[in-house]
Amino acid sequence: MLRIFWAELAKDLLLAFRRRGDLLNPLLFFAMVIALFPLGVSPAADFLTQLAPGVLWVCALLAALLSLDNLFKSDYEDGTLEQLLLSSESTYMVAIAKSLAHWLTTGLPLTLLAPLFAMMLFLPTDAIPVLVISLLLGTPTLSMIGAIAAALTVGLKKGGMLISLLVLPLYIPVLIFGASAVQASVQQLPVNAYFAILGAMLALSIVLAPFAISASLRISVSN
Amino acid sequence: MATTKKQIMPKWFYLMASPKGCYQITGKLLPTFSVLSILLLAIGLVWALLFAPQDYQQGNSFRIIYIHVPAAILAQSIYFTMAIAGAIAIVWNMKVADMVAYSCAPIGASMALIALFTGAIWGKPTWGTWWEWDARLTSMLILLFLYFGVMALYSAMDKPETAGKAAAILSIVGLVNIPIIKYSVDWWNTLHQSATFKLTEKPAMPAEMWLPLLIMVLGFYCFFAVNLMMRLRNEILRREKRASWIKDVIN
Repeated sequence: MLRIFWAELAKDLLLAFRRRGDLLNPLLFFAMVIALFPLGVSPAADFLTQLAPGVLWVCALLAALLSLDNLFKSDYEDGTLEQLLLSSESTYMVAIAKSLAHWLTTGLPLTLLAPLFAMMLFLPTDAIPVLVISLLLGTPTLSMIGAIAAALTVGLKKGGMLISLLVLPLYIPVLIFGASAVQASVQQLPVNAYFAILGAMLALSIVLAPFAISASLRISVSN
Repeated sequence: MATTKKQIMPKWFYLMASPKGCYQITGKLLPTFSVLSILLLAIGLVWALLFAPQDYQQGNSFRIIYIHVPAAILAQSIYFTMAIAGAIAIVWNMKVADMVAYSCAPIGASMALIALFTGAIWGKPTWGTWWEWDARLTSMLILLFLYFGVMALYSAMDKPETAGKAAAILSIVGLVNIPIIKYSVDWWNTLHQSATFKLTEKPAMPAEMWLPLLIMVLGFYCFFAVNLMMRLRNEILRREKRASWIKDVIN
């Protein structure tokens, strides 16, 4: 069980590392979309402070979303996915490993980069640790839920737009609590409850999502 | 030697699982439900719009509740129906359940749309705004998005069998998410009044007001049943067009 988990994780990370350009794309997207807000709405500092929690969270969410399309695609196209499903190894573990690899290559770098953009959006310094923790707890949930939609659409030629349609409604709770945590810390309110709920959603998605992911992969491969 | 399993449920229950049996049984049920839904909706509408007393604050504008609340209730129950039918289709590989789930999606989406639309009309005179980012409005909007997702997935896949299974998984994932979405949005913002009907409590309005509402809800359910059966029968004809019994039905 654990052997396949580590093997799959190592393989995916290695593949991601070999294509370093793709690794950078979500981060660049994150940076550019954030730069659009001061340009498009207003560069006033007090206004951006108010906007920052939501903007940072929405941009992180979109960046994670747009990288979902490639999650299973290459494995599906070269037949690796079919072999994985045919083998006696646990698809549950494969699903977790793949989602974790997705998080390590998108969610985690985004989280580490977020403080920089938080400064540019004049988020108060006290709120930055809260932003980082909320992203650390929230982005893996986004990867787990997103992997379901990626698995459902992997067999389709034009899956990209469809993934967003399927997954955005499911992302809303994470967005609400993630952004509210940062908002609360800007207003100097306690944030532990938000962290607890983000953690609960993460635990729930780690336990349940792999079932949906592996069932969806089986359907997509049999198509 | 093949052994026959003991049948626990009545025979029609097993017949429902085959497209042919389902087509025949729904054909028999359809007239009854059509009459019932027309009667209930007619009685409910006339009673609600002409005879139910005015609200002491909202006057006549509250009467839109008789469309708004049934549509909102239906939008949620249809999602449950769809997800449960989808689960049955996956677990037992049952064609008819898959077609039920498929037929549910557009009906549920239109109910959610009606609920949102009538809510907007009602919101203007009472809250002074067409739209408010309130918890219940937002969660109904998200429910509508979930329906759209399921329908988009159906139309994106070529084979109806795989499309059905994929959409079923999505609707089950959505079902797990509905309470989470509901509570997260509730926590986030609330302006809307709480639910009109609760199973455990007596309604907060007088009987002359909630009785027509109850009739309207039942009428909407019957209307849903009629609509579902008609869509289901069309879907059976479409997917089973190569089966020999279809020829007898058409000729």
